[in-house]
Amino acid sequence: MSSSLAETLIVMPAFREEGAVGDVVREVLEKLPGVGILVVDDGSPDATTEVARAAGARVATLPFNLGVGGAMRTGFRYALQNGYRNVVQVDADGQHDPAGVPALLAQLDEYDVVMGARFAGEGDYSVRGPRAWAVKVLSSILSKTAKTKLTDTTSGFKASGPRAVALFAEHYPAEYLGDTIEALVIAAKAGMRITQVPVAMRPRAAGVPSQNFVKSAAYLGRAGIALVFAYIRPKASYRTGDQT
Amino acid sequence: MNMSTASYIFGIVSALLILVVVIEMLRRGRLRERHAVWWVVAGVLALIAGVFPSTLAWAARFVGIEVPTNLLFFVSIGILFFVALQTSAELTRLEAKTRTLAEQVALLELRIRELEATKGDDKP
Repeated sequence: MSSSLAETLIVMPAFREEGAVGDVVREVLEKLPGVGILVVDDGSPDATTEVARAAGARVATLPFNLGVGGAMRTGFRYALQNGYRNVVQVDADGQHDPAGVPALLAQLDEYDVVMGARFAGEGDYSVRGPRAWAVKVLSSILSKTAKTKLTDTTSGFKASGPRAVALFAEHYPAEYLGDTIEALVIAAKAGMRITQVPVAMRPRAAGVPSQNFVKSAAYLGRAGIALVFAYIRPKASYRTGDQT
Repeated sequence: MNMSTASYIFGIVSALLILVVVIEMLRRGRLRERHAVWWVVAGVLALIAGVFPSTLAWAARFVGIEVPTNLLFFVSIGILFFVALQTSAELTRLEAKTRTLAEQVALLELRIRELEATKGDDKP
């Protein structure tokens, strides 16, 4: 079976998550026996690295903050160098329930990228206002590109199969919002098969979500810019294959 | 000394100052040649226009600009634009390189830690 837990690396980008990362790591190890787990400490000034290591994860510590994109590319490279076929991104703040990972992995036989989508009914997560509109617009545009219906394009909870791991180890964008929107466009342009499965999302275990109006409007603008540039970037710049 | 002589000397001195600063920075290794190209071009053009103001008037007539100073402004802004753009492009490339280095440092550090952990037993 191509998507067993032993061939899967959980990559957990963590910035200032000393309060949550320990429990999340322990939960992953408990719910997903045999899985590889790499916490990428994105230059946190706090004790994220120590807490994650004490909880039993391997930890790669970035010397300074690169953003989720940089942390994830580190994870994809680690997976490639250490023979993991699949990578599943799980947020260190506890929003993603590790119990949902097997559901994502189950789709990797058929697809290259599997998004874990929060949707009405599962979990108690909701967005409102401009941010909700942004999510809607993005979803409809990206669904066309990906040739499949995607409802939650900014979800960080996603699984990548071997082809996507090889692609992302080289081309995972570091720009703000690049890790979600642009990564999807890159995957679609490189011919990856994309799908989504519904998963439950939990409220954050620690930290504060950004939900005020100005921030949401800024989010919409930046998402639009990210989207436009993701589309007009030349397709030929995405090398695929087995280069390491 | 009338006004035009003063401005004539002022133009030449300014141009020389640009060239001296650029060349001195190159000499001390504070500026790489590839980044200095546009500054040298700017300095040389300023010097030519300063020493032979008629070249500026001729060039302005040639491209159909009535006031020679406007050509000067146009060329200056053009050069500054290219320098700024080149700097931004260079910055982008440097950021991409720095990012790759940071990622590799993190992975190497992890690898060293794991290697040391496995051979830690036969060490005091």
